[in-house]
Amino acid sequence: MEYEAVIGLETHAELATETKLFCGCGTRFGAEPNSQTCPVCIAMPGVLPVMNRKAFEYALKVALALNCQIRPTTRFDRKNYYYPDLPKNYQISQNCTNLGTDGYLDLQVDGQMRRVGITNVHLEEDAGKSIHPEEAGSDFSLIDLNRAGIPLLEIVTAPDMRSAAEVDAYMQTLRNTLLYLGVSECKMQEGDLRFEASISVRPKGATQLGNRVEVKNLNSMKAVVGAVEHEIERQTEILRQGGTVARETRLWDEVRGCTERMRSKEEAHDYRYFPEPDLVQVEIHEQWLADIRAGIPELPLARRRRFTEQLGLSEYDASILAESHELADYFEACLRCHNAPKPVANWIANDVLRELKEQRKTPTEFVVKPDMLAALVKLVEDGTISVAGGREVFAEMCKTGQPPQAIVEARGLAQVSDSDALNKAVVDALRAHPAVVADYRRGKKNAGAFIVGQIMKATKGKANPKVVSDLVRQHLDKA
Amino acid sequence: MNLVELTGIQLKERIVKREVSARAATEQLFAHIEAHEPRIKAYLTLDMAGALAQAAAVDAKLGRGVQCGKLAGIPVAVKDNMCTAGLKTTCASKILGNFVPPYDAHVVERLKAEDAIIIGKTNLDEFAMGSSTENSGFQVTRNPWDVERIPGGSSGGSAAAIAAAMAFMALGSDTGGSIRQPAALCGVVGLKPTYGRVSRYGLVAFASSLDQIGPITKDVADAALLLAAVGGHDARDSTCADVPVPDYSAELDDLPAHLRIGMPREYFGQGLSPEVRKSIEDALAVYRRLGAEVVDVSLPHTDYAVATYYIVATAEASSNLARYDGVHYGYRTPQKGDIVELFSRSRAEGFGDEVKRRIMLGTYALSSGYYDAYYMKAAKVRQLFKRDFDAAFERVDCIICPTSPTPAFKMGERTANPLEMYLSDIYTISANLAGIPGISIPCGFTAGGLPIGMQILGKHFDEMGVLQVARAFERQATYPRLRPRLAI
Repeated sequence: MEYEAVIGLETHAELATETKLFCGCGTRFGAEPNSQTCPVCIAMPGVLPVMNRKAFEYALKVALALNCQIRPTTRFDRKNYYYPDLPKNYQISQNCTNLGTDGYLDLQVDGQMRRVGITNVHLEEDAGKSIHPEEAGSDFSLIDLNRAGIPLLEIVTAPDMRSAAEVDAYMQTLRNTLLYLGVSECKMQEGDLRFEASISVRPKGATQLGNRVEVKNLNSMKAVVGAVEHEIERQTEILRQGGTVARETRLWDEVRGCTERMRSKEEAHDYRYFPEPDLVQVEIHEQWLADIRAGIPELPLARRRRFTEQLGLSEYDASILAESHELADYFEACLRCHNAPKPVANWIANDVLRELKEQRKTPTEFVVKPDMLAALVKLVEDGTISVAGGREVFAEMCKTGQPPQAIVEARGLAQVSDSDALNKAVVDALRAHPAVVADYRRGKKNAGAFIVGQIMKATKGKANPKVVSDLVRQHLDKA
Repeated sequence: MNLVELTGIQLKERIVKREVSARAATEQLFAHIEAHEPRIKAYLTLDMAGALAQAAAVDAKLGRGVQCGKLAGIPVAVKDNMCTAGLKTTCASKILGNFVPPYDAHVVERLKAEDAIIIGKTNLDEFAMGSSTENSGFQVTRNPWDVERIPGGSSGGSAAAIAAAMAFMALGSDTGGSIRQPAALCGVVGLKPTYGRVSRYGLVAFASSLDQIGPITKDVADAALLLAAVGGHDARDSTCADVPVPDYSAELDDLPAHLRIGMPREYFGQGLSPEVRKSIEDALAVYRRLGAEVVDVSLPHTDYAVATYYIVATAEASSNLARYDGVHYGYRTPQKGDIVELFSRSRAEGFGDEVKRRIMLGTYALSSGYYDAYYMKAAKVRQLFKRDFDAAFERVDCIICPTSPTPAFKMGERTANPLEMYLSDIYTISANLAGIPGISIPCGFTAGGLPIGMQILGKHFDEMGVLQVARAFERQATYPRLRPRLAI
């Protein structure tokens, strides 16, 4: 029997607001422990939350970009549970009145379009961090509340994915979308994106869902893919042997590469949700929504499509360039200076990306500005310099930030493309090597390459090889 | 003359005219407190040094000819569930027994900005949960009229302090009657403003959707002044309304012509002490003499008030009090154990019985499977109280009824039976559920010499009307103006 997996994903994305969700504390990552706290976010007696309007607008922006229905009024709820790094012992969330519902995200998986339903999008606050000293015998834990109260956006999909590859594509697309919207930095290593997956397996074609397993502790996209693959395999094996998959919560063990059952005590929560009485309902007016909608840029998938359909880029180049909006903006800025999509895309996909990676810079920080790259591409394209010369110039541009023309001049890299000037060199070379000419005439066609090589040597590489080889062929065929 | 007999406004006038210094008044007050506090036990913390320093600052300001605030030089007591930077704020709970807030509540900031002198923190039922102040984790406050009796609660410390002239003005908080009921039982004025009139920022939450801070004072004029000083918008409390604060004092003596007073029949039924009933009826006769019309009104859902209140209030409290867990501040169990043991032991050892009872009730009301039947139902029923009042206020300008069914009861009389204790608030709870303002003013005495309070309820944000109606009675009424012997 064939089996298929049914997968849904819950994503927590940290929003890139200057201040926390309910107080004015900063949100900088890596600050001195407990330095970004105040009476509100450490839950002193008597404090009250005040909603961060920016965070709410970011959430609306995402909900709209994910094609969600927006409720005209939303409120916040309290989710009650005890945890030492949750200072109020309740989390302010929107579990009961999600800000956005019934949306979707389109993705491309192996060249095919897939639509993943978004069940809901809502805001909530993050908890702090517990630190357990590793020294043997230490009998205390430390708590850092810098993160407590940082706005999180929870994005929940419908169980619409069927494979780890789809889950991977969903995560990449969602991440790019959040980056395009400018609402989250999506830095995985700083925990900006966290995931929980629910996975079930059923006989292919069955309409009923299998027993669902939730997997937590997924702190990277790699972990999600690993856990999904592992779970599909594990559950399929159980079903194949005639067993039943237990409905449970499991934890991903990154090191061992497998999931493990969570103690049932940790699962048994009654969160006692009720409306947060310290906050008022938020009413979302049409004008407010319209303003936010106006701020949504062209999203990755649409841009990628435009790159292939209107600019004629390959799927591969388009996907690389559209992946980050900064890179795509850089690309389009180049085109405004020199409208040659394919060569510009080539330079960016190869040379620019490699250099950015080495320098750990973003396209906006990159010393080679779009107009400079465009000028370089043009110089290579019109034969002023060779491709090899272009690479040399690019390397120098990366180092010094000089415009390409200046480097070409300073280094004398301009090719000789003038056929009159090269004609004499060709005639001289043919005269100097009569045996080679005879070989050619006897049908040894690659003998011409030897002549071209001689000329390149004589001109110290400055001759335009294309012009030279054309001239050589003309002379040999003529005589 | 002993300055402590003056009202807040009378004292302020003398201070501003420099007939007496704020420092001298404060010193006299502390001498009076020293004499009577051992028997009354109204205060959990007294800050004489701080108060004298503030008084000296006010005197210096006046000396330089600088304009002083609305409360210039008036010594004010603050209920110990409002945060005071650098001054212990315990909520009368062992769990916050050593808690010193790093910040001032909005109302405390307002007091300081208006040049009041904060003299100390008054006793209360632990986390404001109670009607007698017997639930304090530290001490039992006595009623200055009869030290064998309770002062009411939960703002019993503030009410007793005012009755015993151990403060000129005080702040209380009212979740189900905690300002009005002790004011009634101590023979003083207590005003619960409209929900949203005064910022709750810095008020340690009991039930967020019901809690409201208000004045407890010697007379209505003082209540008007203190409310104007602490009321108004505060961006730190999202539930605090952005509604302008009128100058209550300026129009206090105007009584609306053709005043229509509603007398809710449900508030004069079973359980009401005959002496209290008689006293309210006499008061209504005073209003008739003043030209008012007294109309029979009905608040048909009154019977459900206590049940609704004890679900909403305990549910919110069960969540609001979750933060006292021994991890970040406050009491922590000395016993070693894992995190769950740390939580449960700290809470078991830190909270008193009534607080635990309410946390359990509230936890139950919010639990999955019970939420719809309890919390959700209560939230819906709550709307009915609003409708009841809205309907009544279409016919009348205000509602007059008893504040408490009985005068002050004896200590220990109701501690064994929580339900009986909960019924002490039967006439005050509906105003909190509906969010409307209400004041309790003295209107007479029992044959045994215990004060009786009359409650005046008004429309949302019509504190002005409520104060005017209260003030008219205060000026016209002829009942004997006694003072507890202690206070003289």
